[in-house]
Amino acid sequence: MTSSPVETPLIGGPQPLAPADAASPLDGVSVGVVTFPGTLDDRDAARAVRLAGGSAVQLWHGDHDLQGVDAVIIPGGFSYGDYLRAGAISRFAPLMEQITAAASGGADALPVLGICNGFQVLTEAHLLPGSMIKNESLHFLCRDQRLRVENAGTFWTSEYAEGEELVIPLKNQDGQFVADNRTLDELEGEGRVVFRYVGGNPNGSRRDIAGISNAAGNVVGLMPHPEHAVEAGFGPDSSARGAVDLRGGTDGLGIFTSVLKKLVG
Amino acid sequence: MPRIVVDVMPKPEILDPQGKAIAGALPRIGLTGFTAVRQGKRFELTVDGDVTDEVLEQARHAATTLLSNPVIEDVTRVEVLEEDAQ
Repeated sequence: MTSSPVETPLIGGPQPLAPADAASPLDGVSVGVVTFPGTLDDRDAARAVRLAGGSAVQLWHGDHDLQGVDAVIIPGGFSYGDYLRAGAISRFAPLMEQITAAASGGADALPVLGICNGFQVLTEAHLLPGSMIKNESLHFLCRDQRLRVENAGTFWTSEYAEGEELVIPLKNQDGQFVADNRTLDELEGEGRVVFRYVGGNPNGSRRDIAGISNAAGNVVGLMPHPEHAVEAGFGPDSSARGAVDLRGGTDGLGIFTSVLKKLVG
Repeated sequence: MPRIVVDVMPKPEILDPQGKAIAGALPRIGLTGFTAVRQGKRFELTVDGDVTDEVLEQARHAATTLLSNPVIEDVTRVEVLEEDAQ
């Protein structure tokens, strides 16, 4: 997975955002995508970064070097086979120690996004509060899910408007977000609930929470997968912005343009 | 070689969906005397040599940092297996 300045669309047709040309300032922003043994969605996440106009850098969990990236995505999958607890073993990977230190670094803290299993890794690493347990239904769920952006002030949501809705795929077994009431009240009070499920709670998550941030807003975790809704022809069949062609949903792209524009700005 | 056993249970206030599913299955095999099931985990740590206080302390450290997640789970037991202790 080498970084390429221009991502060629897999199919024709209009793109939601034109691929960055060489002069684009976003192209200078590099986003690291971490691969653990058992990670599934690293290539999709890297592709999403490139489609948004940035450069993607592959990071290996066993390395000690963040390679100077400007932000990090911990993608979905089943790192270490979900052995022990989802994310529990990944948390102690050498690269995670680097990420944890860099993400906790005050004003210049590294922006980090954890998607699905990546969200679970972030809670195990104590970068985000709470934890994930099995879906209330016990079933593995895979469906297009409607969410509401509750906080558009984070590094990863600034391209959305507060209250804006998006439709992106949800696919997991351990997706039920739990935390004690004091923590939940704190998250609500400080505006750290970033995404909430709309149109029914799919997995029993407390207070319909789909994604949260740390206090500084640089670390965000969410269960559904924005990286699977970034390219016409390969996204969901629906969009919160209105009717789209088959597989035409690209509501997730804003997550990736948000961090790129924040870092340039 | 001696073994240290570590038991981990979901916190009482955390819903245990797996335990609930098991409780739902018991009547299907004709067992109706149980009102609830909670499912935990048991770990056995094999020790090379004697179980000193230091080794036990390491086992407790492992139990709270890696083997359990304090947000959702309690460590309910860390002790040497009796059958191994001479």
